[in-house]
Amino acid sequence: MALDKIGIAKRIAQELEDGFYVNLGIGIPTLVANYVPEGIQVEFQSENGILGMGNFPYEGEEDADLINAGKQTITAQPGAVYFDSSTSFGMIRGNHVQLTVLGAMEVAANGDIANWKIPGKMVKGMGGAMDLVGSAENIIVAMMHTNKKGESKLLSECSLPLTGVNCVTKVVTNLAYLEVKDGAFHLIERAPGVTVEEIKAATEGDLVVPDNVPEMKLV
Amino acid sequence: MKKTVDNVEKACEGIESGMTLMLGGFGLCGIPENSIAELVKKEVNDLTCISNNAGVDDFGLGLLLQKKQIKKMISSYVGENDEFERQMLSGELEVDLIPQGSLAERCRAGGVGIPAFFTPAGYGTEVAEGKEVRDFDGKPHILETALTADYAIVKAWKGDTEGNLIYKGTARNFNPVMAMAGKITIAEVEELVPAGELDPNEIHTPGIFVQRIFQGDKFEKRIEKVTVRQKD
Repeated sequence: MALDKIGIAKRIAQELEDGFYVNLGIGIPTLVANYVPEGIQVEFQSENGILGMGNFPYEGEEDADLINAGKQTITAQPGAVYFDSSTSFGMIRGNHVQLTVLGAMEVAANGDIANWKIPGKMVKGMGGAMDLVGSAENIIVAMMHTNKKGESKLLSECSLPLTGVNCVTKVVTNLAYLEVKDGAFHLIERAPGVTVEEIKAATEGDLVVPDNVPEMKLV
Repeated sequence: MKKTVDNVEKACEGIESGMTLMLGGFGLCGIPENSIAELVKKEVNDLTCISNNAGVDDFGLGLLLQKKQIKKMISSYVGENDEFERQMLSGELEVDLIPQGSLAERCRAGGVGIPAFFTPAGYGTEVAEGKEVRDFDGKPHILETALTADYAIVKAWKGDTEGNLIYKGTARNFNPVMAMAGKITIAEVEELVPAGELDPNEIHTPGIFVQRIFQGDKFEKRIEKVTVRQKD
């Protein structure tokens, strides 16, 4: 069974380590916050200016002055702090954030990522994505392995305008967990019940497959 | 110098068609909504607006877009506004999209006398086109220049008659950096108090950056995406 969005988020949550400051993008990445492994503490940074982001508020307790980068109402954890946009991106550019998780339309085998623009069709802007991928050293992309037409999103070269070059370190999709290094995707784990052949067929970019590819273990 | 003005009309005096404005806020959070309403009323047009977002169709900067008062937008993310997308794709509206951190830093630089800086953000993308590239510690960076504005319009939670400002929650966002970068900075606040009532330890924007301050008549503070959880 290929993973659903929650499965992808659960697998990425296993990459969290105690003491990490983490920036989560919009979409699947946001779900990662729900599956922090027991016994560790991480702090979520949202680039609009909060460290120590908490859950959604209870109904009736929404505060217009307290949102995340997806413009959703949130709460603040004890010990949270607010800051301006320049300071926020100082944390990001200055490499004070240990893990960045974001979505993508395309990832290339050399670590390039495209996620902000489809020429002539969709131009929403890059938001903070270019700053994040331009500086972060630990970038996990969370996305479906193929697009709605069934075409691979793991490519030898991105076809859409780039968000950043040579920056993605890991990709977690509905089919697999892969590392991106030395100009290739390295298959590390399969989603439960997914075969290596299925992953090969869905991956257009160079794929390195070791002899033994274990199945993911999801709690 | 007396910085307090009686109302939004007085605060926005001197803003003319063709000017460059900075407007604080992230999404609809922390936007100077009273001043935006006044700009609509003043019917100034051909504006260049520097703002992280462009509001939604019927609130925030979306109100100025509807009336076609904006000639150019300088932003990082404009995804929540159909009219914006329409005007941009049809070429009616000039748009300069900038990585969010670079936008914030360009405003800050403009306010603090730094003409340009190098950043890794956008290297290798279309954002880097035509910009100087230089390696530092073996990593390529692009040169970004400072931004300033004829008027910066910011929104704060509390302010005093000296122009000192305190923001609330994530409504701070771009407001402090834009407050520094306006030739004239207008602050609209929810609560205006006499000098001495705010704790100097807790002020976010020192009044030196603010030329005019007023208490807004009404703050709708619309929420873009209400997300809640149920009580267990």
